Amino acid sequence: MIEIRGVSKEFAKGGRRVLALQEIDLTVAEREFVAILGPSGCGKSTLLNMVAGFELATQGLVKAAGAEIVAPAPSRGVVFQEPALFPWLTVMDNVLFGPRVLGQSALEFRARAARIIEQIGLSGFEASYPAELSGGMRQRVGIARVLIMEPKLLLMDEPFGALDAQTRALMQELLLGLWERHHQTVLFVTHDIEEAILLADRVCVMTARPGRIKKSIDVRIPRPRSIELTTSPEFNALRREVLELIREESLRAAMERIGA
Amino acid sequence: MLKRLSALWLLLPALLVALWHFAVDLRWVTEGIIPSPAQVLRSWHTWIFGSSTAMLSPYSGTWLDNVAYSSRRVLQGFGIAALVAIPLGLLIGWSRVASRVVDPTIQLLRPVPITAWLPFAIAVFGIYDASALFLIGLGAFYPIVVNTTHGVRDTNLLLLRAARMLGAGDGTVLAKVVFPSALPSIFTGLRLGIGIAWTAVIVAEMIAVKSGLGYVLWDAYYVGRMDICVATMFSVGLLGFVSDRLIVWAGRLVLRWRTLEAHG
Repeated sequence: MIEIRGVSKEFAKGGRRVLALQEIDLTVAEREFVAILGPSGCGKSTLLNMVAGFELATQGLVKAAGAEIVAPAPSRGVVFQEPALFPWLTVMDNVLFGPRVLGQSALEFRARAARIIEQIGLSGFEASYPAELSGGMRQRVGIARVLIMEPKLLLMDEPFGALDAQTRALMQELLLGLWERHHQTVLFVTHDIEEAILLADRVCVMTARPGRIKKSIDVRIPRPRSIELTTSPEFNALRREVLELIREESLRAAMERIGA
Repeated sequence: MLKRLSALWLLLPALLVALWHFAVDLRWVTEGIIPSPAQVLRSWHTWIFGSSTAMLSPYSGTWLDNVAYSSRRVLQGFGIAALVAIPLGLLIGWSRVASRVVDPTIQLLRPVPITAWLPFAIAVFGIYDASALFLIGLGAFYPIVVNTTHGVRDTNLLLLRAARMLGAGDGTVLAKVVFPSALPSIFTGLRLGIGIAWTAVIVAEMIAVKSGLGYVLWDAYYVGRMDICVATMFSVGLLGFVSDRLIVWAGRLVLRWRTLEAHG
């Protein structure tokens, strides 16, 4: 579904060239849920932005469904860290933004919108403005407006990173439930180890800058999963393994900073 | 507490009027030049309600006509300015090419005060309405175009990306994301613009046309009717205040989502 081959990304920063990503190779199969895990500043969001079509690779190739990615498209839905809702539109109009842009018939998408708003638990809030909602509710609208486009690929950039712990747990369960139902291919960027293991089929741990994929770990925990899973022995074993990898990276990054 | 304080704004104006009254009454100012508040009120009353034919005075019963002349000019000039400046501002903020081509010229012309354009306007348009409309339109144009441009450039990058990934092309992004996102700035520009429009109409009417409040102001000064001058000043101030409130009110109506944000 996603094919990333030898991708590097350079930024110009104050006249200097900074290498953000180096030689990334990653393949995500159809209907696979892959989490990209890494310390902050490792370029994981940049990687996701390239798959979304917001940024282009300096070197290498990024493909989705066999075609090179050069621009954003509704077949690759993005959920941002901030909800990024249109503040002047109601919940319903935010959800209907995409279908309207594509000129779909109102009769058909109205029903679909009602169904999706119900699935994300926001029935009764259709006429509310984003400013009237809590952070978690806003993020749910951010997910709904993407789901209504029925994307083959869901790209999520730390979507629950700005939420409090309890809301985050609720949102993770909601996402698990939605994924059981729709089963899209998902690329999920996070710096939260538990979140990555709980949600994904595979966790790719990234190195500190320049970002590379250090190791890819399969999560062989059966689905459907729930939040209680996070206390099981096999979950803990995985967590220890990932934590070890992350700690190495954080340490290496810290050593580099002090010039050792 | 707030309710009791709400009448507090009256204190300073009352003090100023009292000071004005005593300054005239106790002859702190030269006699016969500065009229008293009561004198101004009387003249203003006659100017509004007096019979316009019986007294053969230009300052009896002609207030409403002059207010209508000036208001119409402000409305027309301001309307033309908004119709040109908002689309142009959207274009400058949106397109780098348009910005390179148009913006430097606007920034070069902007420091030229509208008063400095007066001789030019009269030379080109003559002593007609067109002169006044040109000055009013030009004066109102700058703040609207500049603020619209700023509003467009301030559009949140994430909102642009969100629209793109939902399938929006250039036109849709401009109309459905950039324009609503720039609306608060556009309204700021409109408020500044209407203020300048009132300044411009008075200047224009003083010199370039023979009707309206600006014309009355200058004419009354020449014939030594300082009471009418002061009444005109108050009239213009009042009209400017009302038109500003109208724009603020329209802005609140259109930007309802924003007041929710402020309280949320």
